[in-house]
Amino acid sequence: MLFLALLLVSSCQNKRKPNYQYFPNMYEPVGYEAYGEYDVFPNGQEALIPPEGTLARGHSLYPYENTNEGYDLALLNLKSPLLTSAIDSKRGKELYEIYCGICHGNKGAGMGKLVKREKILGVPSYADRPITTGSIYHVIYYGKNSMGSYANFLDEEERWQVTAYVEALRLELLKDKE
Amino acid sequence: MFQHNMQKFSLTLLWLIFTLFFSSLTHAQDDDPIKGKALFNANCAACHQLDKKMTGPALRNVETRLYEDEGLDREWLYAWIRNSSALIKSGDDYANRIYNEYNGAAMTAYPQFSDQDISNILAYTAQEKVTPPAVATVATTQTSSNEDGFSKMLVLSALAVLFTLLALGLFLVNQTLRRFANKNDIEVKKAVKGPSLWKAFVKNQFLMLVTAIIFLLSSAYFVYGYLMQIGIDQGYEPIQPIHYSHRIHSGDNGIDCKYCHSSARVSKHSGIPSLNVCMNCHKSIYEVAESTATEEYSKEFYDGEIQKLYNAVGWDDENQRYTGKTKPVKWIRIHNLPDFAYFNHSQHVSVAGIECQTCHGPVEEMEIMYQHSPLTMGWCINCHRETNVKVEDNGYYEKIHKALSEKYGVDKLTAAQMGGLECGKCHY
Repeated sequence: MLFLALLLVSSCQNKRKPNYQYFPNMYEPVGYEAYGEYDVFPNGQEALIPPEGTLARGHSLYPYENTNEGYDLALLNLKSPLLTSAIDSKRGKELYEIYCGICHGNKGAGMGKLVKREKILGVPSYADRPITTGSIYHVIYYGKNSMGSYANFLDEEERWQVTAYVEALRLELLKDKE
Repeated sequence: MFQHNMQKFSLTLLWLIFTLFFSSLTHAQDDDPIKGKALFNANCAACHQLDKKMTGPALRNVETRLYEDEGLDREWLYAWIRNSSALIKSGDDYANRIYNEYNGAAMTAYPQFSDQDISNILAYTAQEKVTPPAVATVATTQTSSNEDGFSKMLVLSALAVLFTLLALGLFLVNQTLRRFANKNDIEVKKAVKGPSLWKAFVKNQFLMLVTAIIFLLSSAYFVYGYLMQIGIDQGYEPIQPIHYSHRIHSGDNGIDCKYCHSSARVSKHSGIPSLNVCMNCHKSIYEVAESTATEEYSKEFYDGEIQKLYNAVGWDDENQRYTGKTKPVKWIRIHNLPDFAYFNHSQHVSVAGIECQTCHGPVEEMEIMYQHSPLTMGWCINCHRETNVKVEDNGYYEKIHKALSEKYGVDKLTAAQMGGLECGKCHY
């Protein structure tokens, strides 16, 4: 009988469906939740991209265009707004190893884990490319060829920290090359 | 064995003849397609594949195709590879055409390549396409597993037949014996019923009382157990619209959790990655490797799931561009705290430095994501009582840590001692 009762209780649980809730109106939010589906939004999606021509708080306008000309301009003219004292290489390293190291390798030589496993190929070493502060930031912002944009992973300050870290890695690589 | 060796030998011979033939055709002395492959993978493969359009065109037999279709010789290829933008600026007709066809994607210049390097790469691109023999192996494994199932069925049905025969036999024996007994006038004894056990049980009041107590207690136990698990979704494992395997991405490929869930570092939510995050890699990974497929999920299955992603994000893989026709993927939320409890990811991930696995379990081993922890208040509080607050390198905690560690007489404060058990911390 005990066994039967156990069976009865356990058979009620279905791992494909959420469990019952006690007074669900205390559980479920009144306001709109992130990623929720509500009729008031276009397509029902609460997750929206900012309207065109607006700038979110804490973000600033990036003047270079996502074209080859824009890249060349950034390569020549764009400089980091970070003061030398504001460069936090520990944080730069942390962020680099999360977002970039998986392909570019933690040393920047283009031998990340995905490259070693032959999932993604043709990732160059930083030492083999004529890149500058401006071009690094530009590529993080827009992506280039097979690389996508990382503008929505990192905020502006974080992007500059990563840029500084990539430059440091490149210097190391160039030193090793000599 | 001998035959196998012979086969190998003849294959290498064939290969030798083939490469010799090609090298004589492409006028360099000893082009090495193996070196070419290494160079290709290191420098070209980010944008080119042999048989598929990527950021740049497919390159199989590029030299012969260029020669036959456009009348362009190897000198043109040298010029293009070493500095394509100069060639475009010089007004070369085909250079401008191909540049515009690929939406003005500028090819990186490779002035460092020697003639021999380029010959090697071209030798690699001139190789015949090798069709993988994997199809055959898949087929054989499938039939063997089928055979397995079939033989199991056979054994089972044989057993079933055996038992029916046995039962039939027993029944027949019984009947014959009875008939014998009837003929010989022997009375078959019927079981005699004494005072029934049930009645004796009912009359014994002590036993009744004990049974009643046991019955009540056990049912209370089950009712309590049932009531306590209401609203707890531990083990909840819904079927998602796209079969995304954390095992492959985070386990095998070692992608950091925060790569896709980047907002866990900085916000209340650990965001569900938008599809552009997927496309960072899946722009070039359009199929899984043979080695990724498991017994349960085949390569075709996984490739189909990548196709679902392309459909949702509106990526035209053939022409390598976005069509603009998107449809949202309705992921099913698994971890969900009730509205009356506040939880902030960045507080735990960035400030406390807690591993994601502490709460979410071994996600890197999960083929299908499920809820590992109960996410009950008792579970939260237990962790707050046991975990020391990470105060190193955190100026924010300096003063309060000094004051409180003196007050409690300890070196390290737990989250509970820092006020992590105050109601208002999570319920407001």
